[in-house]
Amino acid sequence: MSLRSEPRALAALLAEVGLTEAEYARLCAALGRAPNHVELGMVGALWSEHCSYKSSRVYLRRLPTRGPRVLQGPGENAGAVDFGDGLAVVFKVESHNHPSAVEPFQGAATGVGGILRDVFTMGARPVALLDSLHFGPPGEPRNRYLLEGVVAGIAHYGNCMGVPTVAGEVHFAPGYRANPLVNAMCVGLAPRERLVRARASGVGNPVLLVGAATGRDGIHGATFASAELDARSEERRPAVQVGNPFLEKLLLEACLELLATGEVVAMQDLGAAGLTSASAEIASRGGCGITLDVSQVSRREAGMTPYEVMLSESQERMLVVVPAGAEARAEAVFARWGLHTDRVGVVTDDGLLRVCDGATVVAELPVRLLTEAAPVYERPCAPPPPPPPLDLAAVPALAPAAALVALLTSPNLASRAPIYTQYDHTVQGNTVIPPGRADAAVLRVVGSAKGLAVTIDSAARYAVLDPRRGAALAVAEAARNLSCVGAQPLAITDCLNLANPERPEVTWALAETVEGLREACVALEIPVISGNVSLYNESEGSAIPPTAVVGMVGELPEVARATDAGFKAAGDVVLLLGSPRVTLAGSEYLRVAAPERPELLRAGEPPPLDLAYEARLQALVRALVQGGQVRAAHDCGEGGLAVAVAECAMLGGLGFVAAPTWRAALGVEEDGVRLALALFGEGPSRVVVECTPEAVGAVQAAAAAAGVAAVELGRVGGTRLVWPEAIDLDLAELTARWSAALDEP
Amino acid sequence: MLECGVGSALREARGVRFGVVVFPGTNCEQETVRVLRDLYHQPTELLWHASEDLSGIDCVVLPGGFAHGDYLRAGAIARFSPIMRAVERFARAGGLVWGICNGFQILLEAGLLPGAMRRNVGLRFRCQWVHVRVEHTRSPFTAACRPGQVLHLPIAHGEGNYYAPPELLARLEARGQILLRYCDAAGHVTPAANPNGSVANVAGLASEGGNVFALMPHPERAAEALLGGTDGRWLFDSVLGKVGLVATV
Repeated sequence: MSLRSEPRALAALLAEVGLTEAEYARLCAALGRAPNHVELGMVGALWSEHCSYKSSRVYLRRLPTRGPRVLQGPGENAGAVDFGDGLAVVFKVESHNHPSAVEPFQGAATGVGGILRDVFTMGARPVALLDSLHFGPPGEPRNRYLLEGVVAGIAHYGNCMGVPTVAGEVHFAPGYRANPLVNAMCVGLAPRERLVRARASGVGNPVLLVGAATGRDGIHGATFASAELDARSEERRPAVQVGNPFLEKLLLEACLELLATGEVVAMQDLGAAGLTSASAEIASRGGCGITLDVSQVSRREAGMTPYEVMLSESQERMLVVVPAGAEARAEAVFARWGLHTDRVGVVTDDGLLRVCDGATVVAELPVRLLTEAAPVYERPCAPPPPPPPLDLAAVPALAPAAALVALLTSPNLASRAPIYTQYDHTVQGNTVIPPGRADAAVLRVVGSAKGLAVTIDSAARYAVLDPRRGAALAVAEAARNLSCVGAQPLAITDCLNLANPERPEVTWALAETVEGLREACVALEIPVISGNVSLYNESEGSAIPPTAVVGMVGELPEVARATDAGFKAAGDVVLLLGSPRVTLAGSEYLRVAAPERPELLRAGEPPPLDLAYEARLQALVRALVQGGQVRAAHDCGEGGLAVAVAECAMLGGLGFVAAPTWRAALGVEEDGVRLALALFGEGPSRVVVECTPEAVGAVQAAAAAAGVAAVELGRVGGTRLVWPEAIDLDLAELTARWSAALDEP
Repeated sequence: MLECGVGSALREARGVRFGVVVFPGTNCEQETVRVLRDLYHQPTELLWHASEDLSGIDCVVLPGGFAHGDYLRAGAIARFSPIMRAVERFARAGGLVWGICNGFQILLEAGLLPGAMRRNVGLRFRCQWVHVRVEHTRSPFTAACRPGQVLHLPIAHGEGNYYAPPELLARLEARGQILLRYCDAAGHVTPAANPNGSVANVAGLASEGGNVFALMPHPERAAEALLGGTDGRWLFDSVLGKVGLVATV
């Protein structure tokens, strides 16, 4: 059948594969003929937003990706930086939003599985998992169902793999009701010289497919991820892949064992668009061609067509190119781990991805056409109307003690223990600072005195007001979180989650988000080494806020000097280091104080960010932690100062008493909303620290030398949390309520 | 309980030879080996599940993980691995066998320890630090401890809800086979201190002969101060005959 001669059939086919008519015309012109059905499916998958980044590529190019420590920037399965001691740190974040929206457990589980494969494909052993999750309000049954399913799915996969889930964030806001976000990040370590690239080479080298047999699951998953969710999305539930972490554990061990033999030319995991994407990418990066024979692919079910085999997104599969003659040795390694190997293809020099079914050629496409020559769009871009100013007079002034309790028991600030205790965060025996103890997790690296610190952060509540500053604030916060445990940031992986880019204000938000990331990365000298973009997080008129998720990895010169956020000793002095500039715009206080007025959260400007000041503050905090002058450090972020101090007290199990002069120190003499601003206002560039009375002078001198303000707040001690004439709460009771709040309906 | 273990002369001559079993899906073997080999300097080797060779081994360790994916039930498939035939012979001959977490589940499935494991109460995986009380110190696995001593150890499991029917439980109590129970920091065995619903707060159990022992907590994750605690060393010290010594190496 000629597709061109059957307009109605063509329209239906294009809808199925997710291509526009213009894209189809472009494809025909490039090929010099009409594609057949298999080819159309392959192109549809690789030209999808998910695989091609066609709407974001023009912006992503602006991000700084180089640095003295960068070993591998964007473009491979994951990025890598030099850790020293002969080691490379390999990491990446990726979204699995759409599958998780329709099938939370398996959607999240396979998201974890995919990001793990991205890291061990590079030759690195995964040492940490992190997650950034966004849901609608947890009081609503569907959001609670999604939260529980996603957390259980992450636990199911990560725990079985034996990779500790050490850090993460969970945010609740109405904008994620219809489109929850599930971003998973994996960090791995590899001997530097053993990093592998996914670049096929060597004409005649065999291409092996290893791992799970191929089934009909997930066909058109990439296309599904590149469209808005709608009422029919629920019907896609059976199309969501089912994860098998046990099989992936075998694949991990077998792949690392094979890599250690040195007999691997290239390795590429099968993710979105399955065999099509994996073979095209590996050939594209290597500048060669690949011929595949789908009849050699082990199937999970009978009667699968070449189209289905090429587009299946069955999980736990890996494409491996080995030197000719090494096939049997590779097969023996996989067999030892109980894994089956199919010899599915061969590397060629013709630049074509040729798919055969036995002796019949069923598709033949230039590799370039599938990858670099995919369409790139600079879509119409226009800012939405700016948010109205936040009228402080309209903000209710809660009694400070009541406000603090309300904040600490609110979904966004309640203890995350009910979540992270479901994740094995101590497996591998390297977790120095586990989740919930500090602003970042810290891992020991066997064979090195150094420590590895990891964090993942976003700031969508600010990005709603200003996507550029919101993205910059997310970078600043992630770097501050690392600095608080004493770590120097090394590099970033980012996941940009936005709505439908065909709307000009969404493309504007995308451009602004990238610009905000760029500004902060340049100022703080942190390169972006990998990332992911997830668009079309929108359904039936409800769009997510622009959500830039920043995963960041840092190093500590001496892991034994890592510091957490809990107060350590009665009698110690508590200081606030940093900028006094705070705002209630976008704050958690507004969410708690005026739940009936959600429009207040869409008013005002995010707190100002002075990146030069931020850099000085972070360098100061790192120096104080590494030098042992401070015994606890905590980012003063969501919920503001009073929340940060309460968290330090609850984590340390020690009370706090503010100095009688605290109001003067914070410059707030009056009550009402000004007091709320001082206690609960939010802003970057602020860190709460604890030091011994003897060290106060040294801390203040160091702050002065760095040009950073230092204010003495009070003393650690007692069993209560006291801000004279404002707050007086029993710490044990507060801790119990904070600990249990998230599990309560 | 029988006195058994590694002879002290042998221990001093060449150290205790540990064999850490790796099933497909085992995932705690590296940190277990690290503690035995790097912290305690004992000759330690990994044993592949398809092998039946335990020659020269003094103590078999079945480490944590998800052997064979824990499909069907935790440990249900692993018990059929070739090495389990050898472990069974080894145990019947009085050899020391130590199960940790998944290893506990496998030893129950293999019938080397009595009782069964159910999913945690609440059906959630639990990863946290807990306290356990040492009930008896006549065992080679607890000999370095004081009776009633409270150890602070991490757990990480979804199926740690130990069950024994009343008559079996009574027998286990009478014979002193329950070596560890979940307790609070002060050593009180209470329902609130029980993280998984385990009957009688059982956290660690020995065989009738005393030479097979398993526990749900992970002592190998509590052997270095950097990682949050060193109470796991009391158990390693016990196996290594460091009775009466302070639990530091």
